[in-house]
Amino acid sequence: MPEQVNQLPKRKFKVMNLVWTIIMIAGLFISINVTNTHISVLFENWNQFADIFIQMSHPDWSYLNVVWPKLIETIKMAVLGTVIGSVVAFIYSLLIARNIVKNKAVTGVLRVIMNIVRTIPDLLLGAIFVAIVGIGPVAGILALAVFTFGVVVKLFYEAIETIDPGPIEALTAVGANKLQIIHYAVMPQIITYFISYVLYAFEINVRASTVLGYIGAGGIGLNLQQTLQVFNYAQTGTIIIVIIVVVVLIDYVSSKSREALMK
Amino acid sequence: MDTTMKKLPAKPVDRKKQVAHWLIAIATIVIIVWSCTGINFGGIKATAGQIAGAIFSGIFHPDWSYVYNGSGEDLISQLWQTICIAFLGTFISAIISLPFAFWAAHTKHKHWYTSRIGKIVLAIIRSFPEIVLALMFIKAVGPGSAAGVLALGFHSVGMLAKLFSEAIENLEEGPNEAVIAAGGSKFHVIMFSTMPNLMPALISNTLYRFDVSIRSASILGLVGAGGIGYPLIIALQYRQWDRVGIILLGIIIMVVIIDWISGWIRKKLV
Repeated sequence: MPEQVNQLPKRKFKVMNLVWTIIMIAGLFISINVTNTHISVLFENWNQFADIFIQMSHPDWSYLNVVWPKLIETIKMAVLGTVIGSVVAFIYSLLIARNIVKNKAVTGVLRVIMNIVRTIPDLLLGAIFVAIVGIGPVAGILALAVFTFGVVVKLFYEAIETIDPGPIEALTAVGANKLQIIHYAVMPQIITYFISYVLYAFEINVRASTVLGYIGAGGIGLNLQQTLQVFNYAQTGTIIIVIIVVVVLIDYVSSKSREALMK
Repeated sequence: MDTTMKKLPAKPVDRKKQVAHWLIAIATIVIIVWSCTGINFGGIKATAGQIAGAIFSGIFHPDWSYVYNGSGEDLISQLWQTICIAFLGTFISAIISLPFAFWAAHTKHKHWYTSRIGKIVLAIIRSFPEIVLALMFIKAVGPGSAAGVLALGFHSVGMLAKLFSEAIENLEEGPNEAVIAAGGSKFHVIMFSTMPNLMPALISNTLYRFDVSIRSASILGLVGAGGIGYPLIIALQYRQWDRVGIILLGIIIMVVIIDWISGWIRKKLV
């Protein structure tokens, strides 16, 4: 037997891997430089950081009475934001689905607008709406509605475009108008997906709504800002624990109901 | 011909399902109506329309002089700083996420509760508000982009480690068994079977997280943790709508380009 057989074939050397590694390392050095991040500073000031944590881990439970109504307001904001955003997204997604609206110019322009809306982060929307409508939950609801729209409209229209074209053709053949086609051919095929996406958006919104108050857009975030400003970390701790409990609970309920829906 | 033939047979009705659907629908409507109560919709500023119009016209008539003036406080340098915050933050979180992912993946443990505890820890990290984390780091390292990097680096672990652990759970056992059968140690299994198979999923998830981090990095400035958010909040407070316009435009273009690049790389990976 020839001896080479005992040897494994040599690994092929890939130039691109080397290039990517160099790009990554260069990026690392550049970004450390630009952001001026030195981990050593963190370790030097570790005591201060840990101290905040220790104070937070002794939450001030009497503060719950103050937090409770704000928490309810936060959840209300998340519900309303989700509902308004989803309703608009539903109508919009019908307009940009290419199997319903055949005019490519209309769908194209509307899609560009959708993609622009999708790029703006939630808190940024909050800051803009606070500037427009003033401090309060309405700014938060509007920000969440626009944010929800961005999250679900893409999922919606992709779901619509993947439906079975048979029922649409059948209804077109018997002379149904657009509304009848949507009601009898499109809706039955996508309604479970829609509900699942709306629940998913609600999960994200609950998370987002808890910090929106920080910039004045209503909800529990306002208390977060107030307690942090006066360095009352025990109360901050209470708020954070409440936020974590609510977020984890709603995530759990929503993901379980989504699983049940998709069965 | 028999006239009854012309009618379609009635749709079969499942009473139980129908009742359940109605109950859910009613509960949903009740929740929505309840949400409308107690929120003061009348509190909208009278100038709302005017300001919205000003911001809109600011987007179409942006303050071009702000784009680049070499002072380091201009749009390009602030956006560049934002990208660097996101890059470094994602890098740190990817490194921290790996051990967490192995902890939370349910395939690697003898006891079922080990991975369950890992998953709960990740859920708590995910739910800890990013802004609060940023403020805590500002206390530790002072205001600036370093606080943003650290906040992103720690916050992203919650999501990234979850995605990583799902990737680990989806791995096939075959290559691991092959390495063990050939006499490999635990270290060899990780080096030659787990890591190479995991790599594409890890890179793809990290890139996805980078997209999210870019958005986060652009808002961390609102609390003083560096990046484009700070000039934006200042411009909003001083009502410089043309500057708000150019900053928004800059953020949108930056996010679109980054999304496009990372989408392109991810497509090549698969």
